[in-house]
Amino acid sequence: MDDGKIITRRRWMQGSAGAALAAGIGMPAISYGQSDVIRIGHLTPITGFLGPLGEYAQMGVKLAAEEVNAAGGVLGRKVELVLEDSVNPQTGSAKAERLIARDRVAMIIGEISSATALAIGQVANRTKTVFINTGANSDALRGPSCNPYMFHIEAANSMMVMAVGEYLKNEKMIQGKKWYSLTADYAFGHDLFKVAKKFVSDNGGQFVGQDLVPTDATDFSPYLLKIRQARPDVVASNLAGNQITNFIKQYAEYGLTFPITGFGFDTAVAWGAGKGNFAGIWPLIWHHLVESPSSKKYVEAFSKKYGKLPENQSWGDYNSLKLVAQSFNELKSADPQKLAEHLRKGAKFDVLKGREGYFRAYDNQMVQEMYAVRAKDQAKMKDQWDIYDPLGTIPAAGGDLEVLAPPKDGECKMPA
Amino acid sequence: MELIFLVEQVLNGLLVGAYYLLIALGLSLIFSLGGIVNLAHGGFYAVGAYLAVALAPRIGFAGAFVASPILVALLGVAVERLIFRRFYRSDPILSLLLTFGLAMVIEQSLRMLFGAAPLPFSIPAELRGQVFLGDFIYPRYRLMILAVALGAVAATWFLVYRTAFGRVVRAGVQNPEMVGALGISLQPYMTAVSALGIGLAGLAGVLLAPISGVHPAMGAEILTAAFVVVVIGGLGSFWGVVAAAALVGVVRGLTIFFFPPAGEASMYLLMALVLLVRPRGLLGERIEKFE
Repeated sequence: MDDGKIITRRRWMQGSAGAALAAGIGMPAISYGQSDVIRIGHLTPITGFLGPLGEYAQMGVKLAAEEVNAAGGVLGRKVELVLEDSVNPQTGSAKAERLIARDRVAMIIGEISSATALAIGQVANRTKTVFINTGANSDALRGPSCNPYMFHIEAANSMMVMAVGEYLKNEKMIQGKKWYSLTADYAFGHDLFKVAKKFVSDNGGQFVGQDLVPTDATDFSPYLLKIRQARPDVVASNLAGNQITNFIKQYAEYGLTFPITGFGFDTAVAWGAGKGNFAGIWPLIWHHLVESPSSKKYVEAFSKKYGKLPENQSWGDYNSLKLVAQSFNELKSADPQKLAEHLRKGAKFDVLKGREGYFRAYDNQMVQEMYAVRAKDQAKMKDQWDIYDPLGTIPAAGGDLEVLAPPKDGECKMPA
Repeated sequence: MELIFLVEQVLNGLLVGAYYLLIALGLSLIFSLGGIVNLAHGGFYAVGAYLAVALAPRIGFAGAFVASPILVALLGVAVERLIFRRFYRSDPILSLLLTFGLAMVIEQSLRMLFGAAPLPFSIPAELRGQVFLGDFIYPRYRLMILAVALGAVAATWFLVYRTAFGRVVRAGVQNPEMVGALGISLQPYMTAVSALGIGLAGLAGVLLAPISGVHPAMGAEILTAAFVVVVIGGLGSFWGVVAAAALVGVVRGLTIFFFPPAGEASMYLLMALVLLVRPRGLLGERIEKFE
């Protein structure tokens, strides 16, 4: 017993000497060392048309912080979240600067808007702070705008398109079919439409209509009439946030029966549509029906804490904090430089899926499984949450995960 | 073929006009009779929608359709007594700032009470379905909205222009001192006007909840459109609002037919054109107070 104690003490001495050494060398580490908590910045839109999703993001990250602290925290310290509403690109980047300079956060998690994520990513790169993007889909963030400090746990638009595209091919909805698309008229929508159109054309489909919809549109009836006149085989949504809720509600109101699909999707906006309105096949980065032990545990913990089910946005922010805490503990350091290197070296993480995910060094995109779901028959829905059935996992078991990742077309040039 | 599609958009635009009319009518009423630019109008619209979602499972959609506007109108009474009353004679900028703040308080309260995610709500089963006239399609629910909007316009018009109540209110707008000298206290009248205008916002909220997302920022979404309709119609003009709502609906529909990205911008362009040609709006009267 005595021996055991001595060794423990010796180990402890070694550990603290190491920590002191690290504190002496790394300048930023001094400030971390002085605090008894480790601060993580969380920045995402809470108001505006992405606000509903931002709320789920906050719920996810708060749950993760609770679990991390209950398990002993990070490097023996408690995690403290600094939560902010990112509002828009200007405010978002100003707040990111403040989180880093004033609150001395170890890293930043969050964002949903691609435009704001770009602004925060630039601050992250300039200040050499790790930023994990949990909700912005634009491929440009993984292409020309990529940088070594911006990581993406969220899927790129092209990944969403390929995930649902596989099922659309299986259902014979592309080859020789006429498509009509509605696209959110801003950076995200344009980017999504570009990759969706390429996918559909490459697979033998053809667009008979492609309308841009302003983000402040609440009445979709003129668009619905145009769709009815064009008589397409498939109606595709590249809409965003509350637009999707309004669109599926009014699509049902006008009684249109052309099959619906979409390339961008969040479960929260479909839950918000109400009975008898949701239809179609949609892609998801994660949903609450995913069959994996860690996923089931997460669904249970989330439902217990908040009284409702988690959805894809809460998934991203929850996992980001969990994997950062795990990395800091493994590295025995909260140094941003080391964290960035660790993530880029392909460390694998349990992200509540059948297979582990990892960030690839080319563009810092997390390579991972994706899913597609199909709207349930109204008569078979048990409650307001029970709106879709899982269609399966892409790629299928045994397949190379990287087939889903955006093409390595050389657009992303990371400084060595 | 092209022509029939155009006609379809025009007729649908008139239907959409009912949608704009519902959200603009109460705003116009409070402005023309009380001189208050109520930026919280969208907030009351959202409260109406949330009440519908909360009440419908208990008393049915029909019950919520009656109860929700009445509850919102009662809220209007409180708002008039506590807030509007102090600002009838002051600089409009004060009521503008105040109602702007009120709008934010309402939105944030809804967010704290119900969460930011949209709440599920649908058209009741008995009002679902479409009416087909030849190749034209009209959802039954929108036809009902049209009927309610026209009913609201008729009732409001009758109240303001054909009753003793309306005469006192209109006299109060022109010359409050003279009304006071005649021994009539204006205060209860103005309370009633605010209750009516805000209640109409609540009515719009109930009616639109089944066909648009019910979320805390839904009021902010429709407020600008409501203002555009009131400005095009002419500040203080009753029939101007009706004409402007129909016009905005049709112009928006045609714009989306030819050039969809400008769908929402079309109403602002229309407003700019109308103001260039006729600065007081389509049917606006000259009211010295506002010039």
